[in-house]
Amino acid sequence: MSLDPSPAPAIELVGIDKKFGPVHANKNINLTIAKGSIHGIIGENGAGKSTLMSIIYGFYQADQGQIRINGKPIVIRDSQAAISNGIGMVHQHFMLVENFTVLENVVLGVEGGALLGRDAARARGELERLQKDYGLEVDLDAIVEDLPVGAQQRVEILKALYRGADILILDEPTGVLTPAEADHLFNVLRVLRDQGKTILLITHKLREIMAITDAVSVMRRGEMVATRATAETTVEELAELMVGRRVLLHVEKGEAKPGPVLLSVKNLTVKDGRGVKMVDNVSFDVRAGEIVGIAGVAGNGQSELLEAIAGIRKPSSGKILIDGQPVAELDAARRRELGLAHIPEDRHHMGLVLKFEEYENSILGYHRDQRYGSGAFLDLEAIRKDAEDKIAKYDIRPPNPRLKTANFSGGNQQKIVVAREIERDPKLLIVGQPTRGVDVGAIEFIHRRIIETRDAGKAVLLVSVELDEIRSLSDRILVMFAGKIVGEKTSEAGEQTLGLMMAGIAA
Amino acid sequence: MENFDILVSILGSTVRLSIPLLFTALAGLFSERAGIFDIGLEGKMLAAAFASAVAAYLTGSAWLGLLAGIAISILFSLVHGFASITNRGNQIVSGVALNFVAIGLTVVLGQAWFGQGGRTPQVSGEGRFSPIILPGADAMRDVPIIGPLYANVISGNNILTYMAFLAVPLAWWVLFRTRFGLRLRAVGENPGAVDTAGISVTWMRYRAVIVAGFLCGFSGTYLAIAQSAAFINNMSAGKGYIALAALIFAKWRPVPVMFACLLFGFLDAIANFMQGKSVPLIGEVPVQIFQALPYILTCVLLAGFIGVARAPKAGGVPYVKER
Repeated sequence: MSLDPSPAPAIELVGIDKKFGPVHANKNINLTIAKGSIHGIIGENGAGKSTLMSIIYGFYQADQGQIRINGKPIVIRDSQAAISNGIGMVHQHFMLVENFTVLENVVLGVEGGALLGRDAARARGELERLQKDYGLEVDLDAIVEDLPVGAQQRVEILKALYRGADILILDEPTGVLTPAEADHLFNVLRVLRDQGKTILLITHKLREIMAITDAVSVMRRGEMVATRATAETTVEELAELMVGRRVLLHVEKGEAKPGPVLLSVKNLTVKDGRGVKMVDNVSFDVRAGEIVGIAGVAGNGQSELLEAIAGIRKPSSGKILIDGQPVAELDAARRRELGLAHIPEDRHHMGLVLKFEEYENSILGYHRDQRYGSGAFLDLEAIRKDAEDKIAKYDIRPPNPRLKTANFSGGNQQKIVVAREIERDPKLLIVGQPTRGVDVGAIEFIHRRIIETRDAGKAVLLVSVELDEIRSLSDRILVMFAGKIVGEKTSEAGEQTLGLMMAGIAA
Repeated sequence: MENFDILVSILGSTVRLSIPLLFTALAGLFSERAGIFDIGLEGKMLAAAFASAVAAYLTGSAWLGLLAGIAISILFSLVHGFASITNRGNQIVSGVALNFVAIGLTVVLGQAWFGQGGRTPQVSGEGRFSPIILPGADAMRDVPIIGPLYANVISGNNILTYMAFLAVPLAWWVLFRTRFGLRLRAVGENPGAVDTAGISVTWMRYRAVIVAGFLCGFSGTYLAIAQSAAFINNMSAGKGYIALAALIFAKWRPVPVMFACLLFGFLDAIANFMQGKSVPLIGEVPVQIFQALPYILTCVLLAGFIGVARAPKAGGVPYVKER
């Protein structure tokens, strides 16, 4: 048997099918994953990746289909069964007890005997061996909540390995990591693979797939649409497979035709709660028909600037004029009446009430409008009709205005906010981090909407920490550093030039 | 020497008054560490007091009384568990409801069975837990300082008192040195971690509330047939809530729970002692002022004097498997 030149695949899925009520999350999925490989599963939010992994890990039962591990058909009724079949999972949101030590977290559920003391020493020895073999350094006696995120993730991997995992599933593992931590993780994954472990990496980041995987499978709307050897594919092909059509990773836009000034900021200074100047004597104009981008490393005053313009934060001095009218004394609602629309940086914190149904969020901030009711009463009929129109126009999925907002994916939640603000037909649109945590297809969609808004003769102010986004959308780029605008460039400015300005080195 | 005698007598009653608090707070410790808020401690204590008094009267055995108290208290726990664990109901509402059930049911049943306005008949002899004189208490009595303390504070308590103080290290050991304790604490912090480790969150939480019921059985029994000799209407009189305050004050840790309960017991003892006595420089103070002390202290402590009390993170949140 050991002479068999091609060992059975680590995982084989045959005809896996799963429905949640009317939602067909997984449609007849077939997938083969070779032993000792890193296999990527890529797809947009809501494509069914997480459901499929949850089926492999025993969180859900498939309605139909078969799972084979090392060629042997098995039934995975719960996580316990997955663990005993050598499957380990690193969840996107870590399943750790934060005030326990690393050691306590690892042994939870596989403690050995009824008393903790005796088996702890054995567990410690075993863990030290695992740490040495795979480069998973982390202090076993540290309290988990004191550890940086990257180290917490290593604890999750240790947990899986300690339970004897040969197959490791990682769900969006880099979402919470800094670039350096992500590199460290990839090194660990390569070591694990080289020692014969099989790794399933779920992500929607194309760059990661290209950097680390041996093979990649693409999911779209519950279906497995393609499997490729990573070396034989390209980012463009994968993006197209994910979205189901050609995706422009770079936005195309025509020349700007600037008109009259619609937003004017003069000597604006904004202090935070401790009296520190977050925005320091900033002046600029935004004209009709242009997109002005504000580039900068997060925390250099862009958020405070945006909030001051939106009317959420009170400036300590300076002037803001919207369409020529000073707005210092006006609150956010009055400014909206003047033609301001605001897509806030953090949709969960400011843009949406997650517990509301979709249609309720679709009018948030505009609920006083005559169209949605009169006096103290809301016209629910009109609001739902309006919400349905926006859902159709912005391709918000699932198309159900009565669904709780928390149940939409990040990209669709962002589309709810974008639809609400842009469909108001504002004169001035201010946008913060429009595509943070949003999948490729939705990014392209949102970018196109922002450009259309410009082309319709509106003024757009864009704040983003993604330099690519700023460069591809903006007609003019202002760079902010330490609360000051340190320079203005056109969109032709190179990444390096802007990077140096953002670091406060060049002007 | 007279002042010292007063101190000894206050300390003696401090111990006696803190026992029901201690059992109850330890009960709350197990439940809340597992993520189940237990405002129903009061009701469980009251129901156990009634059951133990009835059983002790009918059988003449204090131990059977204790058994009945434990049984009824665990039954209340299971109802709370069914509402808040199995059916994911609001834990506060379920607990408050049980408190009302206990207050009403004990009086109604007491009146129906014994016709004494809700009281149960007096029990005596074997039907009560009587003070135990520890060996050498009489011989020690004349030794200065240590003698009276040994004879009147340490000796001369009933068996449940000693069990309460033994329960403190035992609770610590169970919570922090056993597999059961590790899993119990984990389920109160992050039930998702427990679930993915292949352990049943539901069963773990049920076991925790059963332990809570077990311990409340002791506190109720202590009230009815150790401290008193019968059940009286609403005899728990808010002690369940004070125990809850002690638990929070102690930040959900067993040994500090003991000291917090002793502090509340001490304030209670002072209130009893000050009845009709005058305070130097002020004169006679209405006894209600002293009686209010434990409650005022509770408010002050909970208003932030204890610093940041880090409650079990998943406390009060029913566990729902995520998609």
